[in-house]
Amino acid sequence: MSYSQTFTRGLWKENPIFRLLLGLCPVLAVTTSVENGIGMGLASTFVLICSNFMVSLLRDFIPKKVRIPAYIVVIASFVTIVDLVMHAWFFELHKSLGLFIPLIVVNCIILGRAEAFASRNPLSLALVDGVGMGLGFTLGLALLGGVREIFGSGSLLGFPLFGAGYPPVLVMILPPGAFLSLGFLLAGMNRLEEKRAIRAGETYASPREMDCGSCVLCKLDENITDR
Amino acid sequence: MTSPGPGDFKFIISVSPHVHSGQDVRSVMRDVILALVPGVLAGIWFFGFDAFRVLVLAVLGCVAFEIGMNRLLGRASTIRDLSAALTGVLLAMNLPSGSPWWLIIVGSGVAIILGKAIYGGLGYNPFNPALVARVFLLISFPVQMTHWVVPAGITTGLDGITGATPLGAAKEAAGLGKSLSETILPDTLQLLLGNVGGSFGEVSALALLLGGAFLLYRGIIRWQIPVGFIGSVVVITGIAHLLQPDRYLGPVVHVLAGGLILGAFFMATDMVTSPVTRTGMLVFGIGCGVLTSVIRLWGGYPEGVSFAILLMNALTPLIDRYTRPRVFGQVSRKLFEEAPSS
Repeated sequence: MSYSQTFTRGLWKENPIFRLLLGLCPVLAVTTSVENGIGMGLASTFVLICSNFMVSLLRDFIPKKVRIPAYIVVIASFVTIVDLVMHAWFFELHKSLGLFIPLIVVNCIILGRAEAFASRNPLSLALVDGVGMGLGFTLGLALLGGVREIFGSGSLLGFPLFGAGYPPVLVMILPPGAFLSLGFLLAGMNRLEEKRAIRAGETYASPREMDCGSCVLCKLDENITDR
Repeated sequence: MTSPGPGDFKFIISVSPHVHSGQDVRSVMRDVILALVPGVLAGIWFFGFDAFRVLVLAVLGCVAFEIGMNRLLGRASTIRDLSAALTGVLLAMNLPSGSPWWLIIVGSGVAIILGKAIYGGLGYNPFNPALVARVFLLISFPVQMTHWVVPAGITTGLDGITGATPLGAAKEAAGLGKSLSETILPDTLQLLLGNVGGSFGEVSALALLLGGAFLLYRGIIRWQIPVGFIGSVVVITGIAHLLQPDRYLGPVVHVLAGGLILGAFFMATDMVTSPVTRTGMLVFGIGCGVLTSVIRLWGGYPEGVSFAILLMNALTPLIDRYTRPRVFGQVSRKLFEEAPSS
C-alpha cells in the first residue's frame, strides 16, 4: 500500500469516527466546542503517532502472547507525557477535558492501529498511518464540536455568531446533543457516499468497514503466524 | 329445481381478520382530537388568544414538517391520517401559552423529525413524538418553557399575569426550606376548573377528564393505564403527605395540578408507544405513576409526567414481552412435566 493511500485512508475512507465508529467515548463526551474537540484530537494524534512509532519499532521483539499489555504500557507512557505537558502549558484546556486525557490510554483507535497496522508494517508506513488516522480523528472531533458549539452556544471558537437575540439550544451541548449530532453527521456522510457511488456507476452497499468481514482483529493470530 | 352446482357459488378467499370494526388510524386520531376539544377550549378560555395562537402554530408546524419529511424520504403522504395534526395539538397543550413562535416551530420539527420520521413514521416510533419535543424544549430552553402565565381569562382586560405553577411553587418552597403553609396555593376547585398557572392544555382537570371519559367510552383507551398511573401517584404522594404534611403536597393537589391527567389519559395511552396487553398496560401505568411521584417529590424538576412516560415508553417492548398472554390451549411447561405420562 502506497504512502498517500495510507495517509488519506484515515481522513475519509476509514475515518476513525465517521467510518469505523471507534473511540466514541471521548468523541461524544468532550465535543462541546471546537476548541475542546481540536485539543482532544491533537492530544490523541500525538499519542497515536508515538505509539505507532514504538510499536512498529518493537514489533519483532514483543512476544505474541503479551503484546496487548506491552502496547498498553507504550501507550500509557505517552499519555502520561501528554497529560503532564497539557497540565503545565494548556491548563484551561486540561481542566475542561479533565478525566478524558488519562482515558486516551484506552482509546480504541490507538490500540486498534497498534494491533491492526503498526505491529505488522514498517516504521515509515506506521508513522504515516498514525498521522493520517490522527488527523482524521481531529477533523471529526472538530466537525462535531463545531456543529454542537454553533447550535448549543451560538458561537464558533468562542466568537458569537448570531447576536444576542439567539437563544442557545442547550440540549446540543448536553449529552443527548452529542448523539443527535453524530447521528445526523453519519447519515449525511452515508448519503454523500451513496451519491458518489451512484455517480461512479457502482452499486451502493453500506460501508464495508462496518461489517465483520473486513475487520482483521479476530483473525490476527493467523496473520501473525503467517508472517 | 336442480340443486346448486359448484359453479353457482362465489367464494371469496382472504386471510383474517374477516370482521373489521371500521376503526382505522384516521378514526382513532379523529376521536382523540375530539376528546381533546374540551381541554383546548378550557385552555383558550383561560389564556385567551395567546393559547389559540400556540395551537394553530403547532398544528400547522407539525403538518408542514410531516409533508416535508414525506417528500424528503419519498414516502406516501400521511397527512390524511391526522396523526401529525394530533401531535400538533398535544404539543401545543404541553407548551406554555406565552411561547414565542420559534419555540413552537422548533418543537414541531423535533416532534415530527426526531420523534417520528427518523424511526420510519407512525407506528415505528418508540417514544411519544409530542413528549420528545416537549422534553427537548424543556432541556434546551428552560427559561422560555417555564415562563408561566397565570390565566387572566378573556373576560378581564389584562394580557396575563406571570407566576409559578402550584407544583413549581411547592418545589421552590422545599428548596428554600420553607414550610408549605407559607406558600400560597390555589384551592381544589380552582385546580379542578383550571384557573391556575401551567401549560396551555393541562390546566383544567375537569375538561380533560371529560375527554378521557369519551375515549374510554369509545374504546380507544382502556382503563388500565390511567387508573394505574393516577392511582400510584395518589398512593405514593398520599403516604409522603401523611408523613410530612409540611413538606409534601397532598394527593389531591398532585392529581389535579400539573400534567398528570393530560399525560395519563392522552399521552401515556398512545397506542404506538404503550404495551398491548392489559396486564402490561397496568404495569406501564403504575411505572409511570411511580416515576412521576419520585421526580415530583425528590427530583430536580417540579413536574415529572413527561419524563416518566418517556422512560416507560423505552420499557414498552420489554413489558410486552413479559406479559405475553397464554395461547389458547397452551399448557405451561411446569404442568406439562408434572403430568403423569399415560
